[in-house]
Amino acid sequence: MMAAATSELQEIRRRAAESFETRGYPTKRDEEWKYTSVSAIAKAQFPAEAPSLTGNSLRTALEQHPGLIEEHLGRYASSEENAFVALNTAHFEDGAFLHVPRNTVVEEPVWIDYTAVPDRTTHPRNLIVVGANSQVRIVERYRGSGRYFTNAVTEIVAGENSVVEHVKLEEESAQSFHVATIQVHQARNSNFKSHNISFGGLLVRNDVNAVLSTGCEGTLNGLYLATGKQHIDNHTALDHAAPHAASHELYKGILDGISTGVFNGKIYVRKDAQKTDAKQTNKNLVLSPGATINTKPELQILADDVRCTHGATVGQLDEEALFYLRARGIGEIEARDVLIYAFARDVIERIGIPEIREYLEKALFERLVFSRQSSGGAL
Amino acid sequence: MASQLSSIETLANQEYKWGFITDIEADTVPAGLNEDIIRLISARKNEPEFMLEWRLKAYRHWLTMEEPTWANIHYPPINYQEIIYYSAPKTNKDRPKSLDEVDPELLQTYEKLGIPLHEREALAGVAVDAVFDSVSVATTFKGKLSELGIIFCSFSEAVRDHPQLVKKYLGSVVPPSDNFFAALNAAVFTDGSFCYIPKGVRCPMELSTYFRINAKDTGQFERTLIVAEDGAHVSYLEGCTAPVRDENQLHAAVVELVALNNATIKYSTVQNWYPGDKEGKGGIYNFVTKRGKCLGANSKISWTQVETGSAITWKYPSCLLMGDNSVGEFYSVALTNNYQQADTGTKMIHMGRNTRSTIVSKGISAGRGQNTYRGAVKILKGAEGARNYSQCDSMLLGDKCGAHTFPYLEVKNTSSSVEHEASTSKIGEDQIFYCRQRGISTEDAVGMIVNGFCKEVFRELPMEFAVEAQKLLGVSLEGSVG
Amino acid sequence: MNKTSMSKTAILEIKDLHATAGGKEILRGINLTVYPGEVHAIMGPNGSGKSTLAQVIAGRDLYGVTSGEVLYEGDDLLTLAPEERAQRGIFLAFQYPVEIPGVSNLYFLKAALNAIRKRKGEPEVDAMDFLSLVRRKMALMEMEESLLNRAVNAGFSGGEKKRNEIFQMAVLEPRLAVLDETDSGLDIDALKIVSNGVNTLRGPDRAIVVVTHYQRLLNHIVPDYVHVLAQGRIVKSGGKSLALELEESGYAGIEELAEAVR
Repeated sequence: MMAAATSELQEIRRRAAESFETRGYPTKRDEEWKYTSVSAIAKAQFPAEAPSLTGNSLRTALEQHPGLIEEHLGRYASSEENAFVALNTAHFEDGAFLHVPRNTVVEEPVWIDYTAVPDRTTHPRNLIVVGANSQVRIVERYRGSGRYFTNAVTEIVAGENSVVEHVKLEEESAQSFHVATIQVHQARNSNFKSHNISFGGLLVRNDVNAVLSTGCEGTLNGLYLATGKQHIDNHTALDHAAPHAASHELYKGILDGISTGVFNGKIYVRKDAQKTDAKQTNKNLVLSPGATINTKPELQILADDVRCTHGATVGQLDEEALFYLRARGIGEIEARDVLIYAFARDVIERIGIPEIREYLEKALFERLVFSRQSSGGAL
Repeated sequence: MASQLSSIETLANQEYKWGFITDIEADTVPAGLNEDIIRLISARKNEPEFMLEWRLKAYRHWLTMEEPTWANIHYPPINYQEIIYYSAPKTNKDRPKSLDEVDPELLQTYEKLGIPLHEREALAGVAVDAVFDSVSVATTFKGKLSELGIIFCSFSEAVRDHPQLVKKYLGSVVPPSDNFFAALNAAVFTDGSFCYIPKGVRCPMELSTYFRINAKDTGQFERTLIVAEDGAHVSYLEGCTAPVRDENQLHAAVVELVALNNATIKYSTVQNWYPGDKEGKGGIYNFVTKRGKCLGANSKISWTQVETGSAITWKYPSCLLMGDNSVGEFYSVALTNNYQQADTGTKMIHMGRNTRSTIVSKGISAGRGQNTYRGAVKILKGAEGARNYSQCDSMLLGDKCGAHTFPYLEVKNTSSSVEHEASTSKIGEDQIFYCRQRGISTEDAVGMIVNGFCKEVFRELPMEFAVEAQKLLGVSLEGSVG
Repeated sequence: MNKTSMSKTAILEIKDLHATAGGKEILRGINLTVYPGEVHAIMGPNGSGKSTLAQVIAGRDLYGVTSGEVLYEGDDLLTLAPEERAQRGIFLAFQYPVEIPGVSNLYFLKAALNAIRKRKGEPEVDAMDFLSLVRRKMALMEMEESLLNRAVNAGFSGGEKKRNEIFQMAVLEPRLAVLDETDSGLDIDALKIVSNGVNTLRGPDRAIVVVTHYQRLLNHIVPDYVHVLAQGRIVKSGGKSLALELEESGYAGIEELAEAVR
């Protein structure tokens, strides 16, 4: 427990603990967890430990700016709706804290780096508060070795007219469990972009939720690569709570081996949210007959003057394109890599941090090579 | 485009201009439906025995069927005993041998509809079969087409002159037992067009049938059959209009297309049956079964429809993609204004390997119009590598109309790829205001927005008809944007 | 009112303007005079009537003018249809630019330009001249040419839409430009491009009215005058320093001021 926790925060944490105790881990009967079983996490019972991170510590910040943290921490991510959020809220010991004052442009990207150790559970808790008219780019990265469980929650408040870009790089070890919620609250006219990249982990579940106010623009992009027995589940929710907001969503998945991918994208358009413009796309590339993808868009539209489009595809590598490349002298393996890379590039290119783009290009090719060596698959 | 916009402007204030009645003496059978009426129709047309048997079998099956109720349309029950099932211009009893023998009154009617039947005046590059109530009254350019071995004639002539072809293909795509209206059509159909494109022939002109309902209390039941042999290509277009009448009239047609190896059939419809008046009185009930069979490898069937008329539209032009690498396409603009109701869409059944289908549906609802897209994509087990792309967009003008989308998806082969996009939007005040703020008038703005919305479908239509279709939308939207 | 502008005719003259929307009075007596060559900024809290004022100038019929007068180049503006106002040189950069699927940017802009030229008695623009004009202005706004063939604002990001508005303005060269919250949601680079586009259009014969909630934009488009709108009235006017004052103190004090002048 954090030493300096104020009474109100303590109350939030107490309720979260209570909520988890009554409900426990979700099961596949729970609609939100229909395709993802977390019984392995429940069974593992790794002892909890404070996370090891580089970045501004939330624990330290709580001593320095208790008011600011009190105002936001635990106010957005819902313990009632998500058992893992409840677990995190009840048990977190530290995480990253970032506050960008109003009218400030932060030129360099801010890094938050977590490294997990074997046989432990950590509950990283991050709070990012961006003031009005400010601009910032954040990279949140998760890595580790051995078997362990990371259960992260990130709350982001994008102030009025702010521009916030957030990249989450999940590069956990091949045996790890990783569950994370990113909860975003967007104030009027703000512009928020999320890039949710999942490469590692045996069992991965991401929930990325954003609530949009009047005149906001919200972008949720994602890329997931799964091979072997990996299971990667992405749930997103865009809540158009006010008029004149636009949201764009592009999630792409590449599945090989006997891996499983899940995509569930919710778009709520509330009654008053006229002139909403929401577009959701989920595309999947299935490289082996043993891989599975479950994709499900969920649109709930209560306003009548809106534009909502959604599209989902599941496909294989284009044999004709593959043949074409080979006919030009490119080896089969290389040709496949090129096509897989081309598929993923769409997401990577949208990231506004050049060094991350370069890093991901390299990481993607490394993954392709790794996958071929470890499982004999193309990924 | 500027000239097209101004024509929308001019036309926007017009009534249904195809609503006149031709005063012509008709040979009509009594109202009602029974085996005797069917025998009478068959006798009037001097049909061979096999046709009569086929009709009677369909009729007996029809008696066991129930009218479908699953569509999102509402209308008072149809009394099938009140309908006249055969009406033909009297002078046409013995079909004229040449165009010169066609009743001048009829020629004038078609002239008025913008379809001159004299070949020297006819639209260059379009051969027309004109169907008036229950019979075909004239077919142009027959001679020129027959030099290439192309058969383009009325269905009655085909039954008489090419019975083997008719026997082989009739009902092979839409069997009489297929559905209630298809069975009714099989029992009483009176005429329609027949096209046969022989092996390797690319039809040099558009083939077109113009359907006209004229007589009162009469139903029109036509049947069209198009067969494209190996490597053949044909583009076919149908148009339809009817007079303004207070009573509803029934139109229940069947269209069958067969494409063999490497053959391509492009079938375009501009449907402009009388839609009823502003209060929803009168109008055609349009219950149509259209289906194409891509029987051969690499064959392609493409449906394009612009549906602006009829009080009720119930039609789902479909493709059975049997041949490997065969392609099915459906491009549709359906507009409902005032009290019109449309329940339309398509079925793409993927059976062969690497079959591909594309669906682009644009629904426009205005007034109290109700517009439903109903589409099914089925990928059967053997359809390795099948691909489908569907896009359904709805546009609402005003707040008393409705748009509904029912996509059905059934995928039994995991190597396939299916993509679906859907959108609903309102042509708002704000779009029009935005255009006006840039100096563009309201009329130009509406034309621009609606044509922009339908662009992907219009570009599939043959050139002349695309222009016609744009004008038609302008007329049909009359009074819906203020 | 400054002396140099006294001799010229005002481009825009608003006298005691009252306007309602949905039965509610939004503008409650606006007075504002804009002379050629001037840039005016109108600031104020959300709901103060800024956007309503912009829309009334452009002729949006959602708002009913109940009393007062608006003169444009000395003529009554309120009797003119929106397209007539546009054809006479009024341009509104929309707060929420509207999407028109299926209609290409190029076609749309050409139709707009020709409508304006027609009113001036000029012939339709030559296709080649138009293309080179458009390319020049696109370069100014650092926009990709591929946007020309895309549908108007369809699938554009928020930033692209705002940039597209200023691009249209650069092509249509209006006499009076009203920018309605053109800066909201823009990142700093886009803000600079948009401001640069607006600044290139500043000239002795043209006037610009900048409606904004945030002072930030006014660092880049430096106004001659700043007006503060609250509860449907201009409660304070001043030079560019007024914007900075507001940034410091926030709008809270302004609301009190508005209450006081009621």
